[in-house]
Amino acid sequence: MCDTCGCNLTPGNQHLAFKPVARGATAVSVLKGLLAKNDDQAAHNREHFDRRGILAINLMSSPGSGKTALLEATLVALKNEFTCAVIEGDLETENDAERIRAKGVQAHQIVTGTACHLDAHLVHDALHHMTLDGVDILFIENVGNLVCPASFDLGQHLNVTLLSVTEGDDKPAKYPVMFRAADAMLLTKTDLLAVLDDFDCDKAEAHLRNLANPAPVMRLSARREQGMEAWYAWLREQLAAQRARVAVGQSRRPAIQGDGQKLHSATAR
Amino acid sequence: MHELSVAQALVEQVDAVIDQHNAAQASLIRVRIGPLAGVVPELLATAFPLAAAGSRMEHAQLEFTHAPIQVHCQTCGLDTEAAMNRLVCGACGDWHTQILSGDELLLESVELETVPTLAPSPYFLTPNS
Repeated sequence: MCDTCGCNLTPGNQHLAFKPVARGATAVSVLKGLLAKNDDQAAHNREHFDRRGILAINLMSSPGSGKTALLEATLVALKNEFTCAVIEGDLETENDAERIRAKGVQAHQIVTGTACHLDAHLVHDALHHMTLDGVDILFIENVGNLVCPASFDLGQHLNVTLLSVTEGDDKPAKYPVMFRAADAMLLTKTDLLAVLDDFDCDKAEAHLRNLANPAPVMRLSARREQGMEAWYAWLREQLAAQRARVAVGQSRRPAIQGDGQKLHSATAR
Repeated sequence: MHELSVAQALVEQVDAVIDQHNAAQASLIRVRIGPLAGVVPELLATAFPLAAAGSRMEHAQLEFTHAPIQVHCQTCGLDTEAAMNRLVCGACGDWHTQILSGDELLLESVELETVPTLAPSPYFLTPNS
């Protein structure tokens, strides 16, 4: 597809392209993703990761659902197995990056000021402040927000969305754009389920399925180290898959962005 | 509130289209947004004048084309309409579906006002002899 020769016109969108306009004016059909510039930068970031065999994971959730606590536990547990690095996104403070550095792991803090999400350019700038050689897994902890981060590709391979059991189990139904984008959903702080009577893990999972999302759901508590083995096993599996892709020159985008492609290959068969 | 970022991206893209076609300014911008794109048309319409201030699309009209949510069922094979938080098949109820439309965030088309001085005019052409 390009913008110059008209090859982006298909029988499905042709009617949009040629419409009569007033004299002295021309109608130009563009049919290009509005966030094309961000997407180009994201693709560039992904090339950076793939060239080094790095698996990049974007962590998204509401503020306070335990993204940093999950990372702290994960980084300690996998310390002898993989080299990890972390990009932290917050409106203000270096607090989260300092928590990660305290575990002996490289961390770069992006301070967004007022921006409610990370974008591919912010991540690219952050990458230039980091040593990526030898890194196996890069975690990008997005700004705590269940709305905006879902719309911006950062160049990550996988989206992991956290839902803590102190929130409502209907969050996937309330924030479909976010939860549709998840390649894995983690139900966090499950040690609190004993004292909460209004969060049903099965219901949360059912709401995720209603979004046509087949992503695995893991129930865990990072603080009490419950259910963490399944999460580590998933990470190992995903890193192995990333290495296998890199070996044959392929890459992967988070689930929702692949939808169109999957459909095309399905209809071609 | 990320609609301002989206509005800025829109202004950049339309600017590039104006350049490509040697036009003076844009008079109408048509954007196609599906409910699953995570962008609210009304908020984008509010943010657009801020992003477009002083640009060659300052006076352009912003028009939205609605993209309904449609899913294709992998189990029964039918295409049906779906609700934003219930993307299951409308016919058989299975959740193994794929989105056909409803997640678009597209700059669909732009109407441009051409620059008369740059257009080839017969008065400036000398006959081939």
